[in-house]
Amino acid sequence: MIEYVTRMFSYPFMVRALAVGLLVSLCAALLGVSLVLKRYSMIGDGLSHVGFGAVAVASALHLAPLAVAVPVVVAAAFLLLLLGESGRLKGDAATAVFSTGALAVGVMVMSVSTGMNADVNSYLFGSILAASRQDVAVSVVLSVIVLILYVFFYEKLFAVTFDETFAKATGMKTGVYNALLAVLTAVVVVLGMRMMGALLISSLIVFPALTAMRLFRSYRSVILGAVAFSLLGFLAGIGISFGWGAPAGASIVVVDMALFGICSFAAWPRRR
Amino acid sequence: MEQFCIQCDHVTLSYENQAVVSDLSFTVEEGDYLCIIGENGTGKSTLMKGLLGLKKPSSGSIVLGEGILRSQIGYVPQQTPVQRDFPASVWEVVLSGTQNSRGWRPGYGKREKELAGEKLELLGISELRSKSFRDLSGGQRQRVLLARSLCAAKKLILLDEPTAGLDPLVTEEFYHLLLDLNRSQHITVVMVSHAIQEALGHADHILYLSQDSYFYGTPLEYAASRAGQRFLKRCKGKGGRP
Repeated sequence: MIEYVTRMFSYPFMVRALAVGLLVSLCAALLGVSLVLKRYSMIGDGLSHVGFGAVAVASALHLAPLAVAVPVVVAAAFLLLLLGESGRLKGDAATAVFSTGALAVGVMVMSVSTGMNADVNSYLFGSILAASRQDVAVSVVLSVIVLILYVFFYEKLFAVTFDETFAKATGMKTGVYNALLAVLTAVVVVLGMRMMGALLISSLIVFPALTAMRLFRSYRSVILGAVAFSLLGFLAGIGISFGWGAPAGASIVVVDMALFGICSFAAWPRRR
Repeated sequence: MEQFCIQCDHVTLSYENQAVVSDLSFTVEEGDYLCIIGENGTGKSTLMKGLLGLKKPSSGSIVLGEGILRSQIGYVPQQTPVQRDFPASVWEVVLSGTQNSRGWRPGYGKREKELAGEKLELLGISELRSKSFRDLSGGQRQRVLLARSLCAAKKLILLDEPTAGLDPLVTEEFYHLLLDLNRSQHITVVMVSHAIQEALGHADHILYLSQDSYFYGTPLEYAASRAGQRFLKRCKGKGGRP
């Protein structure tokens, strides 16, 4: 076991993947609790497809993928939020339109420019090898910023998640906090996409929150539980991926799913 | 003359040019206990949004009394399904009511914690403090939301059908609790209500909304009015609910 872990850490790309992965898993778990409770579970999925489109266009134009994807996905998140509020196109329909549209554009651009190659595969299903040194630096900085903002606005985000009307009626700028949540989610989705893949990133957001909600009853304990489950799922998933050569993203999701199953079972007798 | 808390002057509230509440004028005095009643679709909840400042009147004006800030109005909402299953402790929920006095500062200070503890004590739910909100009964949940609103409020609380879905005994208790607060803490209460008997039994004033008119007066005046008699008769046929 120890030998296995040492061998894993002897590869520089594994160390990089672990550093980024742990930070992104942490952020995803924090935001996930708010998103699940606000019934926005699918927003991560929608945004990741937009991210896929952006990355495809970036690589066709030989631009840095993160530099293109982060602003595009943040813009998409804003737009989804505005559409949701104005009510012209309802939240879930808007998400569906965005995600499939962007995915189609991405696939088109990719097949015309570079052809449908292994690259597409790594964007859709993730690859721990994908992270370059520069990517890692950007990812670390951005996730630390997300973390700081989240902790700073923790109480506000709770108030807006629990009861938006009350928060608004008592003078809170709920629009600002919703926008903050959307932007943070967008950033985390893009960062996590390289590791998890566009198709699997939303599980990183949703599973830890759901698992923690099975076991814990207060908001703070749900948050901390989600973080713990997320980190555990990531580490176990990476380990499995390294051992069997399975894609990291899929391995992490399988572990998350198992954790969710176990915790649901454990919590079952308590449910009335 | 008593000071007023809220003054509505020829207020019209509308959705997409469709007036839901039209030309409504009434004044809520300080220390008043007002229940807003009426059939579904007569704009009770819309009026509530107007009073909370979440919806601008398309004409007329809603003025708050001297020394009352928008952010210092307590609000007890209709319960949403999201909240019923929300993993949060009672303490976390009540404490979140003090958020309006924190501004941009993160966390909660000693003052906020004392305030929240005080309100839990006042409503007799201190022992629920560390319980989970979703494990509470309907009546307990409403007390918790009331405690939260009192953390935000200085003088005035608005309630939107707070007893919907509660059994009659718990409803009666809740109305009594509000009356207590109103009398002992001098908190002005404005409530949209479905429970007609309880509203008539406890309120100082009744605002009755119907499709094309409204009535404002004391419960006795209301019961004696033609609109009141018609409405009450209909309610009786349906077990006290409109």
